[in-house]
Amino acid sequence: MAILTVNHVYHTYFSQEVATEALHDIHFSVEPGEFVSILGASGCGKSTLLSIIAGLLEPTAGDVIIKNHDQSTSIGYMLQQDYLFPWKTIEENVTLGLKLLKYHDLHAKDIAKELLQAVGLPNIEKKFPRQLSGGMRQRAALARTLAVDPKILLLDEPFSALDYKAKLKLEDLVCAMLKSYEKTAILVTHDIGEAIAMSDRIILMSAKPGAIHKIFDVPRELAALTPFEARTHPSYGAFFQSVWKELESLEHSTSS
Amino acid sequence: MNIQLLHEQYKALLRKEKRRIRFFQLLIIISFIGLWELASQNHWIDPLIFSAPSKVWRLFVEKWSDGTLMIHVNITLFETVLGFIIGTLLGTIIAAILWWSPFFSKVADPYLVVLNAMPKVALGPILIVALGPGMISIITMGAIISVIISTIVIYTAFIEVDTNYVKVLQTFNANRTQIFKEAILPASFPTIISTLKVNVGLSWVGVIVGEFLVSAKGLGYLIIYGFQVFNFNLVFLALMIIAVFATIMYQLVELVERKLIKAR
Ligand SMILES: Nc1ncnc2c1ncn2[C@@H]1O[C@H](COP(=O)(O)OP(=O)(O)OP(=O)(O)O)[C@@H](O)[C@H]1O
Ligand SMILES: [Mg+2]
Repeated sequence: MAILTVNHVYHTYFSQEVATEALHDIHFSVEPGEFVSILGASGCGKSTLLSIIAGLLEPTAGDVIIKNHDQSTSIGYMLQQDYLFPWKTIEENVTLGLKLLKYHDLHAKDIAKELLQAVGLPNIEKKFPRQLSGGMRQRAALARTLAVDPKILLLDEPFSALDYKAKLKLEDLVCAMLKSYEKTAILVTHDIGEAIAMSDRIILMSAKPGAIHKIFDVPRELAALTPFEARTHPSYGAFFQSVWKELESLEHSTSS
Repeated sequence: MNIQLLHEQYKALLRKEKRRIRFFQLLIIISFIGLWELASQNHWIDPLIFSAPSKVWRLFVEKWSDGTLMIHVNITLFETVLGFIIGTLLGTIIAAILWWSPFFSKVADPYLVVLNAMPKVALGPILIVALGPGMISIITMGAIISVIISTIVIYTAFIEVDTNYVKVLQTFNANRTQIFKEAILPASFPTIISTLKVNVGLSWVGVIVGEFLVSAKGLGYLIIYGFQVFNFNLVFLALMIIAVFATIMYQLVELVERKLIKAR
């Protein structure tokens, strides 16, 4: 039984002058513990889709069904930019969700400390966001999303501001965390390699209007490995090529 | 190169520049007072109208020692501070209500524009008749003059807060009160502080005009009284005291600003 079903979702942005169709008949479901990546050109509606899944945006048509949906604690959404609150310390930022969801947890600070340590940011609890680099802020935002322990994670390009080494490390870390706590995740990315290395399935979207072009099942031998190992596996290259070809053909068909 | 040495040189340069600025600021005020005194003594200006620093000072000492000045200063200060606080607080509260209800804010919009364009001191006579010729009318004047503009400026700051901060809070199931408290209000602190600075000046205008009209007590009354009996020493004395206390209030607001914004 799927934990999350996106049920024939359409979305159109309306303004006085124009109506932009952002999403067209998006339909898929995600199994518990599954890791799904969404690949697609800029502006094809990936962020819109995540906002709808997170319940921040009402779709024009269709709906999103979440199993055992008690409250939104079951969904954690990391926006495309970090949006750390500049007047709060990193610690206050990371514990924000705990505070708002009234987890009167005496250990909020410990949770923050532990998570920050895990994402490679030790001893910065008392700093303010402006004192951090872009990549550090992104990791702090990831910690903020993870702090409330959501069942389903929506990640909008969480590693885009990181250097390559930090990115590989964090991919492994996130994957390990998700696996050990049996969490479900949807990751938006521009990086084919990242999509292959991390996910069980890859949804390739076409643009204007955003629609599902093709869904790839990542070969089992790759999905079972950690992202870092997957990148060095012999079948990685061939699978990369097939996704790449599809992406290329998509670009040609839309540009012509 | 020795970085520490360079840093010391840099700091010394900053100190020197600061001293230079202070020197010229002092020079201006001293020469202004000196010139004023000189011009008055030598009748380059009419001493009856323009008074003289020495005369103002003598009047100050006299009025201070018999205790009458103290009473007027206290009353005006009390009215101004209260008018200032009420005006800003009310403006913030109304702005919060407008933010809460977008529909209401759209309905209220043209009325706010009209009320803002209207010269509030023109309401003075009505206030005095309605609320009686006393302190309440004057405080109301001090508040009413700043409340509408505060509302408009602060409300604009509220709605210009990046909606993505609101999104972050919504992913944590935040309700509207929490959104206001965690994102909207703190993001607008810099704007609220700058309205505070403007309102310092405005509430003095409201209170002084109120005291002109009521004409019973306070520094505004001293100005009107001095004008009526042609004692311009008194008028200048009141002006000087207003200048000093308005500056002190402004400095206090800046202190609050440093406390609040320190963390950014
Ligand atoms: N608030 C909005 N109002 C109107 N149009 C919007 C709005 N947000 C997005 N759009 C439009 O909807 C389409 C999809 O936008 P979306 O942000 O979902 O793209 P994306 O796939 O996340 O792109 P990127 O990879 O650059 O982040 C775009 O054409 C965009 O112009
Ligand atoms: Mg996006």
